[in-house]
Amino acid sequence: MNTNEAEYSLLIKARNGNKEAYGEIVKIYMRRAYFSALTLLGSHDDALDISQEAFIRAYRAIKKFDINKKFFTWYYQILKNLCLNHLRDKFRHSINFSNIYELLENIKDNGQDVEIMVERNETKKIVWEALWKLPPEDREIITAKDIVNASYEEIAELLQIPTGTVMSRLYNARKKLRKIIEEMR
Amino acid sequence: MNNLTERFQYLITKALDGNLNSEEKVEFEKLISESKDFQNEWNSLKEIKEVTKSMKFKEPPQELWDKYWLSVYSRLERGIAWILISIGASIILIYGGFKLIESIIGDATLTWILKTAILAIIIGFVLLLVSVIRERFFLKKTDKYKEIIR
Repeated sequence: MNTNEAEYSLLIKARNGNKEAYGEIVKIYMRRAYFSALTLLGSHDDALDISQEAFIRAYRAIKKFDINKKFFTWYYQILKNLCLNHLRDKFRHSINFSNIYELLENIKDNGQDVEIMVERNETKKIVWEALWKLPPEDREIITAKDIVNASYEEIAELLQIPTGTVMSRLYNARKKLRKIIEEMR
Repeated sequence: MNNLTERFQYLITKALDGNLNSEEKVEFEKLISESKDFQNEWNSLKEIKEVTKSMKFKEPPQELWDKYWLSVYSRLERGIAWILISIGASIILIYGGFKLIESIIGDATLTWILKTAILAIIIGFVLLLVSVIRERFFLKKTDKYKEIIR
């Protein structure tokens, strides 16, 4: 049984109310779910809470899920709505910048000159902060491409938009990011 | 936006992501060599891309993943518990309310005007509650914008 078949079988069981099977689905996608929420929310606690809440809502609505489609694409719509509603409802459009650096992994010491390493980390911090000043949808698309390294087709499927739109949105988001960086320097 | 700018946007996006084929690469290099603006845009966006592609989210401790499903499962169970508690509480409230009305009507020591006032308050409260529940229920069922992110 290949991965798709195994997942299909788990989804069938989950649709029939088997929580253990659904647990396996959650375990497959929990990392992706958490990091997707983190991209939009910029807070570890919120990302954890909302990604779990989205799994709960997905389970309650699993009878509506078209078993022939990809689970994560469907789940992501629930997750994104929850994240954006969370930002709107709690007036949390402004990200807490004192926390965002904790989410970033520092450049590792690969025998580089300490000065160069510090400078690179500083540049990285500026770009990172600028990234969090972008609207969530722009941050989402840049993160998907540059940090997660997803293909245009994968992003198109996830966001349910044509590939051409992915490219134009990516271009515009990158230009916005550049503008913010220029203003910060 | 003219066709050339649109074409440049398409090519620069693919160039930044390393997706240009050999023909597009030649076309793109020609475009940036002929226009200072295109050249500047390419340099500035390339610089940012180099930084963003080196970024990684910090991985949370393994403990978080170990407990992730358990936490989802507990919350799922708690949801069911809340539903049961709500059903139980509603039944008790309705029964209690019915008994209260029954005792007020049957109480010979209360004057009819006081009985009417107490009953009016109780009925008014019930009507208000039913109205709010109905409104919420129908709004949820018929709200055509419910899928839209507000």
